[in-house]
Amino acid sequence: MNRKLWTALFLLGMVAPFLLYPVFVMQLLCFALFACAFNLLLGYAGLLSFGHAAFFGGAAYITGYLVKNTGLTPELGVLVGTLAAGMMGYLFGLLTIRRQGIYFAMITLALAQVVFFIALKSPFTGGEDGLQDIPRGMFLGLINLGHTYHIAGKPLELNLYYFVFAIFCLGFWIIHRAIHSPFGQVLKAIRENEPRAISLGYKVERVKLLAFVLSASLTGTAGATKSLVFQLASLTDSSWHASGEVILMTLLGGLGTVLGPVVGAFTVITLQSELSGLGSWVMVIIGATFVVCVLAFRRGFVGEVLEKIRIRAIKHNK
Amino acid sequence: MHLSYQMVLAQLMLGLNNGAFYAILSLGLAVIFGLLNIINFAHGALYMLGAFVALIGYTKLGPLLGMPDFHMNYWAALIISPLVVGLLGVLIEKTMLKRLSKVDHLYGLLLTFGLALILQGVFTNYFNVSGTSYNGKPEILRGVVDLKFRMFPTYRLWSIGLSLSVCFVTWFVIERTKLGSYLRAGTENPALVQAFGINVPLMITLTYGFGVGLAAFAGVVAAPIYSVSPIMGTEMIITVFAVVVIGGMGSIMGSIWTGLSLGMLEGLTKVIYPPAANTVIFFMMILVLLIKPAGLFGKEQ
Repeated sequence: MNRKLWTALFLLGMVAPFLLYPVFVMQLLCFALFACAFNLLLGYAGLLSFGHAAFFGGAAYITGYLVKNTGLTPELGVLVGTLAAGMMGYLFGLLTIRRQGIYFAMITLALAQVVFFIALKSPFTGGEDGLQDIPRGMFLGLINLGHTYHIAGKPLELNLYYFVFAIFCLGFWIIHRAIHSPFGQVLKAIRENEPRAISLGYKVERVKLLAFVLSASLTGTAGATKSLVFQLASLTDSSWHASGEVILMTLLGGLGTVLGPVVGAFTVITLQSELSGLGSWVMVIIGATFVVCVLAFRRGFVGEVLEKIRIRAIKHNK
Repeated sequence: MHLSYQMVLAQLMLGLNNGAFYAILSLGLAVIFGLLNIINFAHGALYMLGAFVALIGYTKLGPLLGMPDFHMNYWAALIISPLVVGLLGVLIEKTMLKRLSKVDHLYGLLLTFGLALILQGVFTNYFNVSGTSYNGKPEILRGVVDLKFRMFPTYRLWSIGLSLSVCFVTWFVIERTKLGSYLRAGTENPALVQAFGINVPLMITLTYGFGVGLAAFAGVVAAPIYSVSPIMGTEMIITVFAVVVIGGMGSIMGSIWTGLSLGMLEGLTKVIYPPAANTVIFFMMILVLLIKPAGLFGKEQ
């Protein structure tokens, strides 16, 4: 059943640009990867980072700057953005990993604020305007990602779309592998009972740091890709709002489920684009969704469905 | 760059003023954390709400009640605003936070984050993000005082004095009175305290109300100094989080000292190297985390 589901989702991803506005689908994919990477940390390691926007926005700036000013090809640009976010993640991780729960959240938020101020003040980020007109470039120096096809009168950026879709699939696969590997099991063990994991001989801090770096790197991949899609790297991506939104996506979709963050990201992004005419009421709606989610819907969409399936299976076995 | 001793002193005073706000806010966070085990992300938004209650009371309340000449004055705002916000806090605790006491404490943080977004969003709709100035400063607090080394605005002096007194009174109540001893006992072992016949749930509700009331009070005191804006709380809360991480949430006096000294450090940075003024507290936090991860006054778990 699982294999059928994955195949169906993959095919859906392949035809999506013909059904919807391609840039919108690419935006969905970037945020879905962001949320999946975030979920690796919160859902599986139990660490709530309030500063993931630093990796998302930071990688967007670095990739955008390099692609725009040094003529780096897009795939290398994304790779460098990923590595840079991973480095940042390592530094953040060294400072935060020894603290848990609430302190971890506050420290990551404060560190991300430092990154935000650097982005605001340093000359290479373009300050309030951000980095604009980032070229999409030539993939491997061969395929023009900026090319737009016109099929049935509809403009389709198919080259870029399949580039983004491939990145998403690769990122999603890495996360999926990590979760279902012995490493993922150790992470869950730490989340459930850290002292016990320590007494079983696991190097808890090192495992958590690795999870943090992995999560930060893939967040960077998402941010770097987004800068190519929108040809823009801006302050919004590294602000605390973005950190909050990714938490909501993960929570709404289902913490600690593989597909939950994807569903959550789709919901939040669709909601935002549908409601964009309402101005700052969007913020109120996002806040209210948070409150409702926390009070009455902590399993999230996918979590609820899985719970229903589980209960049905129990009943069936009786 | 020429550094005059007067300039440094003046910036230190201004820093002390900011630091007093950090102290009140981190104090409130620490008190709430002690009993509810949550970090109140809405603290900044409620500080903003406190300032807005004062502003609305002064400019809009009269016309709304059909009395265009009526202004809720500053002194009234100092009392009413914390009460209004404290009441809202009691409501929040009763209807929402109470239901989260059995689940992971991170959910409390997320819930209050949602509340902060709601408050900020609502006020962004009706008020200018760049800020509205509060003109209800009483006559007696206008003007300047000669501090020998420099003329200093009277209101700032008053605000430093008032904030410090509030900090001290809070410290005194918690550390030196019977009520405070209940509170401290409740922090250590709520089940045992309840077994002695003390109404712990009520104490928790009132503590939350008191904590956010303090935030609102800081908001009123800050209103005449900074312009009142929907985003004033967010900027504040992130800095205050860093202050809390530096101080650790172990002691009340610790919160006060950390808040005051970091405010002064920030003021000093404004003279020595202005571009770093926004971030110096965060870099301080990194430094403290490297040297003493539990914070200056915190206990290692």
